[in-house]
Amino acid sequence: MAEQVLTEISVLRTSPLAHLQSALEQGAVQGDRGVSVSEIAFMTQIGLRAEPGTAAHVALAAATGVGLPAAVGQVAGDANGTAVLWSGPDEFLLVAPDGTEFLDDLLSALGQEPGQVVDLSANRTVIELSGPSARAVLEKGCPADLHPRSFTKGTAITTVLGPVPVLLWKSAEDTFRLLPRASFADYTARWLLDAMAEFASAPID
Amino acid sequence: MMLIECPWCGPRNETEYGYGGEAHVAYPADPSALNDNEWAKYLFYRKNPKGLFAERWVHSAGCRRWFNAVRDTVTYEFKAVYKPDEPQPIKTTNAPAQGGTK
Repeated sequence: MAEQVLTEISVLRTSPLAHLQSALEQGAVQGDRGVSVSEIAFMTQIGLRAEPGTAAHVALAAATGVGLPAAVGQVAGDANGTAVLWSGPDEFLLVAPDGTEFLDDLLSALGQEPGQVVDLSANRTVIELSGPSARAVLEKGCPADLHPRSFTKGTAITTVLGPVPVLLWKSAEDTFRLLPRASFADYTARWLLDAMAEFASAPID
Repeated sequence: MMLIECPWCGPRNETEYGYGGEAHVAYPADPSALNDNEWAKYLFYRKNPKGLFAERWVHSAGCRRWFNAVRDTVTYEFKAVYKPDEPQPIKTTNAPAQGGTK
């Protein structure tokens, strides 16, 4: 028997919401009160830690190409390319499209300085919720203030959706990205589908 | 719903936080010199005042950082929050020892 060597193992990947693909598509609501949900699978995610004001922070900020966010809610970069989310005073999450090779650059930029660069791509998945009713869906279970006056486009916070800890990122107007841990992805997606269902009917005054 | 102000994240719902008990309980200078009674006092005995009380809180669903807060145990009102390296803004009966804020 011929020996088979698999050189490209990425074909074996299964995203945390692959089994719900068709349910997510069927759950979409059209119209004025529309809202739809989808998974953006396999995004590159790298956890960065460096104390602001240190050489490590300066080096990592330069290596990301978009800097590092300075305070809560801020996102460096933009949702279509590389973005760095603030998750703590010395803790950041770099999010980039699938296939982006960043880890080695960041690791060599950090060098021996005190800090951390860890590949967390499999830690969380990205769920995108968009449509005019997206905010109303989230407000059923997220205690954070999502009104546009405080939660503007390009803002990301760590909060909870129902019982699930998520990173919530407003990547565009009426579009939110939720980053739950992979093991919570199934629950989060089903929670969202349930919360979206009412918007298919006319509002009751 | 009660809003608690995190020194790093701003006001968030109380459900995002965890409670850490009394703040400013100093670690014994020489733990090996303590007898069982004194060690138990350090580990388990906490003040329970009526009124202003300095407490430790953790923003577990947010930035995951510990901070201190002065809370009125009668009204539940948070009077002040401060980072571990900041001086206590309001005096309480369990104020940090002289020369240290830990």
